[in-house]
Amino acid sequence: MPQSFWRRFIRNRPAAVGLAFLVFVVVVSLGAPLFFAGDPFGIVGKPFLPPFGAYLFGTDSLGRDIAAGIAHGGRTSLMVGLVATIVAVSVGTLLGAFAGFYRGWIDDVLMRFTEFFQTIPTFLFAIVLVAIMSPSRASIVLAIAVISWPPIARLVRGQFMATREREFVQAAICLGMTDAAIIFRQILPNVLSPIIVAGSLMVATAILIEAALAFLGLGDPNAMSWGFMIGAGRSFLRDAWWLCAIPGIAILLTVLSINLVGEGVNDALNPRLRTL
Amino acid sequence: MALGPKTAVYIVRRLAQAVPVVIGIVVLNFLLLQLAPGDAATVLAGEAGGAPPEYVAQLRERFGLDRPTHVQLLLYLKNVLSLDLGYSFRNSMPVSTLILGRLGPTLLLMGATLLASVLCGVLLGLLAATAVNTWRDRVISVAAVIAYATPLFWIGLMLILLFSIKLEWLPTTGMEDVVAFNEGWDRVLDIARHLVLPTVTLSLFYMALYTRMMRAAMLDQRGMDYVVTARSKGLSERLITYRHVLRNAVLPVVTMAGVQVGSLLGGSVVVESVFAWPGLGQLAFQSLFARDFNLLLGIFFLSACLVVLVNLAVDLVYLALDPRINVD
Repeated sequence: MPQSFWRRFIRNRPAAVGLAFLVFVVVVSLGAPLFFAGDPFGIVGKPFLPPFGAYLFGTDSLGRDIAAGIAHGGRTSLMVGLVATIVAVSVGTLLGAFAGFYRGWIDDVLMRFTEFFQTIPTFLFAIVLVAIMSPSRASIVLAIAVISWPPIARLVRGQFMATREREFVQAAICLGMTDAAIIFRQILPNVLSPIIVAGSLMVATAILIEAALAFLGLGDPNAMSWGFMIGAGRSFLRDAWWLCAIPGIAILLTVLSINLVGEGVNDALNPRLRTL
Repeated sequence: MALGPKTAVYIVRRLAQAVPVVIGIVVLNFLLLQLAPGDAATVLAGEAGGAPPEYVAQLRERFGLDRPTHVQLLLYLKNVLSLDLGYSFRNSMPVSTLILGRLGPTLLLMGATLLASVLCGVLLGLLAATAVNTWRDRVISVAAVIAYATPLFWIGLMLILLFSIKLEWLPTTGMEDVVAFNEGWDRVLDIARHLVLPTVTLSLFYMALYTRMMRAAMLDQRGMDYVVTARSKGLSERLITYRHVLRNAVLPVVTMAGVQVGSLLGGSVVVESVFAWPGLGQLAFQSLFARDFNLLLGIFFLSACLVVLVNLAVDLVYLALDPRINVD
């Protein structure tokens, strides 16, 4: 199974390209302290140097190296996106599994919660959460996780409700397995693939939310980030377009490659569904 | 669907169901905002360049911030239920006046976005699905995938750079040219020109989403029995596509558009900030940093009501589009 999965995935050209680019982003981000030693907030030269001169992407309004900012900012984006997704997917899966398996009041509470999050403007809610907890990487992760888990919970609930009626689950119940064993060892492995797909797409959304928060000035003040760079470069759009353009392209390409990988995983996990 | 008594009962029931959700949102946000460091009194005192603690205490007393939390909450709920959203001490104006002044621009932006994204999404999805695996389909699909990955605020800035700064076709920011004192149609035209870039910015993501949904739904529907029936009775492919498949494929897009009104309101915070659009999103953002919680809670309350109403409207449209669905 894993081998055929890998072969199907890599044969899908957009997914393979996406994965290659994503690996590149991860290497550059993780290696940022090596490639661009020193503080990314540090001043290296004259301000407003255009790109492809002494510095690959030029310098910003204070003379900071934009390429260093991109590399270090990638760490923030990837870290926040990944951790927020892990938290949201864990919480969502757990609650969705209980709601779908037990139904009853857990299910009711969950459905009210989802309704709640559909009624509240989620991004505004995230802004409020970050502002209350004061901007830091932890509070940003928490805020993104809080607004992201309900759709996962809904997805898992639906999957569990459908799978619960299958014969192998009925058999496990007859065998006297504990509920926990049925939920985690019987049903969960069977519904894992939609969760993985939704999770991988969620990393992309989380990166976009983090960038928007940082753009509005709600980023971690001690961590360089792509959204912050765009926000800081905004006032100089007329004369130094690259201050905004380059970090935006970094976000766009990263999010795009994650989406391509996510869809590739989806197609490779469900080869029968791939009719298009 | 006829607008009979059944539909009226359905509307009333839906509205009644929404009441606890809206109250829940108000209560949760009220409690959350209590946790925020600082309040309106400290912000006002801070802006005055520091103030003696007696003055801050006096301000708190005037704003009613010195009372216990649960008393404040109950008082607030009582007022909200009688549609009194309180007073913004920061702006020295009733919250409802402030919000109503900003509601128009936001509704204009949201309405234009909803219309543009659904119409273009459906059209592009249709164009792609009727030419699967040709270059037309590929171009549309690739564009949709890229648009789907683009940060809203960034594309807004890039559009300003291209169309306002380089080409000078469209205005950069604001909703109208206030110093021009336009009247009548000139004013409408001026606002429309200001509306173009914010609408394109906010629509792009949703347009991409609806394009992909529409394409998938069209392809899904193509294999259904009713299409085979239509084909076997000799209908032309054109007629099948436009009269039968299109109507069914639009349904999921309409549902999705309804569900996303809340997220659209959130997205407008960013777009309004990029284009200095004088809407609710900017007001919410400013009120948060001024610790003007009456105002912020009012905005949350109003936007929740707005989402409930739009969702209801979407469901009614859905009923009209699909006679198979019964209001029971």
